[in-house]
Amino acid sequence: MSAYKIIDHEYDVIVLGAGGSGLRAAVGLSEAGLKTACISKVFPTRSHTSAAQGGISAALGNMGEDDWRWHMYDTVKGADWLGDQDSIEYLCKEAPKAVIELEKYGVPFSRTDDGKIYQRPFGGMTKNYGNGIVQRTCAAADRTGHAILHTLYGQALKHNTEFFIEYFALDLLMKDGECKGLIAWNLNDGTIHRFRAHSTIIATGGYGKVYYSATSAHTCTGDGNAMILRAGLPLQDMEFVQFHPTGIYGHGTLISEGVRGEGGYLVNSKGERFMERYAPNAKDLASRDVVSRSMSIEINEGRGVGKEKDHVHLHLSHLDKNIIESRLPGITEAARLFANVDVTKEPIPVVPTVHYNMGGIPTNYKAEVLTGDNSKKTVPGLMAIGEAACVSVHGANRLGSNSLIDLVVFGRAAAKRAAELVKPGTPHEDIGESETEKCLERFEKLRNSNGENNTSELRLAMQKTMQSKCAVFRTEKTLKEGIDEIRKTYDGMDSISVKDKSLIFNTDLVETLEFDNLIRQAITTVDSAYNRQESRGAHAREDFPKRDDEKFMQHTIAWCNGKDTKIGYRAVTKTTLTNEVQYFPPQERVY
Amino acid sequence: MVQINLPKNSEVQRGNYYKDKTGSKNIRNVNVYRWDPSNGENPRVDIYEVDMDNCPSKVLDILNKIKNEIDPSLAYRRSCAHGVCGSCAMNMDGKNGLACTKPHSEIEGDINIYPLPHLKVKKDLIGDLSGLYKQYESIQPWLKTNTKVETTEIIQSKKDRAKLDGAYECIMCACCSTSCPSYWWNGDKFLGPAVLLQAYRWIVDSRDDERKERLKKVADELKLYRCHTIMNCTNACPKGLNPAKAISELKKMLATS
Repeated sequence: MSAYKIIDHEYDVIVLGAGGSGLRAAVGLSEAGLKTACISKVFPTRSHTSAAQGGISAALGNMGEDDWRWHMYDTVKGADWLGDQDSIEYLCKEAPKAVIELEKYGVPFSRTDDGKIYQRPFGGMTKNYGNGIVQRTCAAADRTGHAILHTLYGQALKHNTEFFIEYFALDLLMKDGECKGLIAWNLNDGTIHRFRAHSTIIATGGYGKVYYSATSAHTCTGDGNAMILRAGLPLQDMEFVQFHPTGIYGHGTLISEGVRGEGGYLVNSKGERFMERYAPNAKDLASRDVVSRSMSIEINEGRGVGKEKDHVHLHLSHLDKNIIESRLPGITEAARLFANVDVTKEPIPVVPTVHYNMGGIPTNYKAEVLTGDNSKKTVPGLMAIGEAACVSVHGANRLGSNSLIDLVVFGRAAAKRAAELVKPGTPHEDIGESETEKCLERFEKLRNSNGENNTSELRLAMQKTMQSKCAVFRTEKTLKEGIDEIRKTYDGMDSISVKDKSLIFNTDLVETLEFDNLIRQAITTVDSAYNRQESRGAHAREDFPKRDDEKFMQHTIAWCNGKDTKIGYRAVTKTTLTNEVQYFPPQERVY
Repeated sequence: MVQINLPKNSEVQRGNYYKDKTGSKNIRNVNVYRWDPSNGENPRVDIYEVDMDNCPSKVLDILNKIKNEIDPSLAYRRSCAHGVCGSCAMNMDGKNGLACTKPHSEIEGDINIYPLPHLKVKKDLIGDLSGLYKQYESIQPWLKTNTKVETTEIIQSKKDRAKLDGAYECIMCACCSTSCPSYWWNGDKFLGPAVLLQAYRWIVDSRDDERKERLKKVADELKLYRCHTIMNCTNACPKGLNPAKAISELKKMLATS
C-alpha cells in the first residue's frame, strides 16, 4: 500500500459534504472556534441543494396566522406516523429562527407587500391541525435552494472555513466502535489524505441515482451512507423513497410543487382534475406520496396522456402572467429547455420521478449517529445531517419544503452538539494503519480491475431494476425479483473494468467507486422494502394496502455487508421533547 | 510582425479516431479536446463517431454517451443536468455554455468540444477555476448589516428586492469571464464579469450597510475598468443574465457618487 502518498491532517471536526447542511454546520463550527475542515467532491455551489426550488418551511405567520405546532402536526401526518416526534418538535420549533437567520445571512427571499419574507402554500401544509391551507413555505422565487446554497457558501467564506474541494471520500476511520476521521482521495493531484477528527459529520446527501429516472444530480450517490455500511453500521428506513409528482416526462427535471402552490393543477387525458377524487380537501396540494400514487393509478387505468398514455399534464397557463414571471421563472425556463413547452400557453408533461430519500443514517435530534439498537446509544465521534441522515423527521414521507429547513436546523444542531463535545485543540490518539490499509486495498482493487463489465452498464442494470421492481407500487413478487436481480448486478462487480488507471481527475474510477456505493444502498433499499409488509407513506404495497401500526410502527434498521443484509427494527419515538406540545397519536391519514 | 509559437508540449495533436460500432446511419463526428497530466503527452483532439438516433437532445447527452458507451476515460464535470449547478460549463462549437442546456441540433457539422478558454486545464474538459473562486471570495459575498433586530427579518420592499433580479441567479459557471478578452489577458487582476456581477449584487442589496466601502473596493483601474464593454459576457451567459449591464451600472454609480 506504500505506493500511495498519504498526507495527514488533524482537525477538531470535519464535515463531509458542502451542500446546505454541511455548509450550515461548517459555519457554526467555525463560529464556535473549532478547527474545521469541509471536504467535498464538488465545489460547494455545485451541490444538489442548488436544485431545490419551491421553498423552505417555517411557521413565520407572514401571510396569516400560523403556529409551529400546526407545522409539527402536518409533518407528523405527512410522515405517516413514522417520524420521531421529539425530532419533529425540534425541527418545527427551531424553523422560524433558522429562516430569520438565513435572511440575515443575505438570502434574497421574495417579499410581501409590507416587505416581509413571502410564503406560499405547499403540499400538506395546513392551519389548525388539518383545517384549511396555510402559506408557510418561504420562497426566493422558485430558486430557493440556489439562493440558500450560495448565501451559505458566502457565510462559510466569511468565517474562513477550510475547504478541501474535489476530494472524494473513501472510508471512515473506525477504532473500537468510535469514528476517528476519514480517508479521501484528492482528485486534483491524485494524493490520498487522512483526516483525523474528534467529530466527523456526514452531510453527503441522498442516493437518488440508484434509480433510472430521478430529479437527483449525477453526483447524488449517497457516498456517506455507503461509508456507514462499510463501517459495519446500519441505515434506517431505506425503503422510503419519495417520488415527486412532477418530474418532466422523459427527462426527469424537477418542476416545483410551488407551481401547484401558486394555483397550478394536474389533468388526465379526459381533461379531469383527478386529484379532486383522491384528496377532496387538499386536492393538488395533498402530500407527495398521495399525489404520485393518484397519478400512477390514473396512468395504470388508461387515463394518461401522450402517445403511450404514460404521463399526465400540469396546467399553469391560467395563472396571471406576472405571477409566472415573478414567482416561477425557473420552471418556466426548465419547461422550455426540457419539454419544449411555453407554460403560458401549454401544459407541462409530468410523471412521478424519484426525488428524495427519507431513509439514511439513523441519528437523534442532536445529529449524533445511533448504533441502531433500541437503547438510543450513539456512535462516538460520528454525526450525520441533511438528506444523508434519518433523524427521523420525515418518517415515511417528507413534505415539500421540509428538506431545506431540515438542512439548516440540523446543520446548526450538529455544530452546537460538536461544540459541546469537542474541546478545541484536543490531541489525537494513535489509530494504527489497519483501517487505512483496508480502505486502500478496496481502492487499489477497483482501480486495477480489468474485467469485461463497464461501470456504466452495471449502473444502468441497477437503475432499471430499481425503477421497475421498487417503484411507486410494490408487491412481494416484484420485490423478490428485485432482490435477486440487484444481487446479480452486484456479482457483476467481480469482473468490472476501469480503463483509466491514472490518479488525477480519474472520473472513470470516481464513477466506479460511486457505483460501489450505490449498489450497497440499492440492496438495503429493496431488502428493507421486501420486509415491510404494510403500506405507509411512500412505501405502497399492493399486497398489503393497509398501514399496520401494531407490527410496523417501527423504523427498519438494515446492515449490509457486500450483498448480505440483516434487517431489524427499532421503536419510533412516541414522546415529544418538551411539554409545549403533546404527542400526536396515529390517525387515519386523509387529505 | 511578431511570431508567436506555442511551446512544443502544448501543441494540440490529432488524437484517436473512434469508429461507430452500432452500424447507425445517423452519425455525427464529435471532436473532443483531451489532455492527461499524468502521461507527459501533448494535448490531442479525439474524434468520436456518435450514433445520434439513440441520443437525447443536449451536448451533455453526447458526452455521457461517449463516456458510457465508447470511452470511459473521458473526463468532464457534470452534476444537476438542468442548468442550475454550473458544473458542465465548456466551449462548444466555439461558444461557451452549459453542456446540459445546449441543444446539439443548434450546431452544424462536426461538434467541437473544448474546455473553457484561457484556463489552466486540469484534465480533458476540466478547467482550473481556483483563480476565479479566489476573486469571488475577495468581494466578500455576504451581507454586512448593522441591524440589531434579531427575531424578525430585515424589511425589504418588493421594489428593492427586484434590484437583485438578474444578479442573484448567477450560478458561477464562469462562461462569461472565460469569454472575456480582458479577462484572458488580465485575469489575475481584472475581476471579470462573473465576480463583478456578484459585487454588484451585494452593492445594490438594500439590506447591506457597506455599499460605499464595497464600491470603493472595486473602483480600481484593473479590478473594474479593464472592462471595455465588449459584451461577450452577456452573449455567453447560459442563464440569460447581463453582467455587462451590471458593470456599467457600477461605473455609473462611481461616476455619480
